[in-house]
Amino acid sequence: MKFSDFVATDAIRSHVDAHTKDGVIREMAQSLVDAGSIAAGDLESIVKAIMKREDLGSTGIGRGVAVPHTKHPSVNRLVGTVAVSHDGVDFESLDGEPVQLFFLLVSPPDRPGDHLRALENISRQLRDEAFCRQLKSAKGPMDIQHLLEEADSHGVAS
Amino acid sequence: MNPVVTRENEARLIEIRDSMSEQVVSREVVVGMSQGLHARPADQLAREARKWQSRIELLSDSQRVDGKSILDVLTLAAEAGTRLVVEATGPDAREALEAIGSLFDRNFNEQERNDGR
Repeated sequence: MKFSDFVATDAIRSHVDAHTKDGVIREMAQSLVDAGSIAAGDLESIVKAIMKREDLGSTGIGRGVAVPHTKHPSVNRLVGTVAVSHDGVDFESLDGEPVQLFFLLVSPPDRPGDHLRALENISRQLRDEAFCRQLKSAKGPMDIQHLLEEADSHGVAS
Repeated sequence: MNPVVTRENEARLIEIRDSMSEQVVSREVVVGMSQGLHARPADQLAREARKWQSRIELLSDSQRVDGKSILDVLTLAAEAGTRLVVEATGPDAREALEAIGSLFDRNFNEQERNDGR
């Protein structure tokens, strides 16, 4: 699976304002509403579900990256977005480091395979330190979009 | 005739000794969770693997990845029912393999179960 298969381009944010875990998740979910990927009426329920998942264990997987996510019946295909915090946010990450790079995913409950393949693509690309660094220093959403496109065209992701 | 320990023989003996202190053990595991090997179990797995001195690797049909790295484990995208081989190499390989294997046997303590269980 490629980034372009699930990242809502209009929802990409290169400078999140929030400085808390809850705030970043809310800001990203709102950006998906603004991009038309999720309905405004589902915002609260989706944010709540993502926070509930975080309570089970942080999705801050190290290297300054977090993958907050949830299943939600309101979506019929996997939707996601990318955001960067230049200051970094305390996400109770597994390695204790602040998180600068966020991939938020909302997937239909009956499609666990798609969710796994999105995680696979994200983790495969993030093993490339240069890619991580370039994303974190992106000046605008277009920079991020181009980096994702480049990764898609180089990747062997299935 | 006395066997002669040549330089070549000696080198081979040392190699055999080294490979004996470096235990390699492996077993097959099955991903039993209906959601597959997703972020939470991948984290549990990497956390457990890092407790051991031995190298822990996971093998799928097409990949061999470092079990101590959550990013590596996630690149397996192992869905429910996927068979993997866990391979441990090092002084505590047996104990490490048992610990990792039991995580799979217990479905990583996920609450929900597959149909028919």
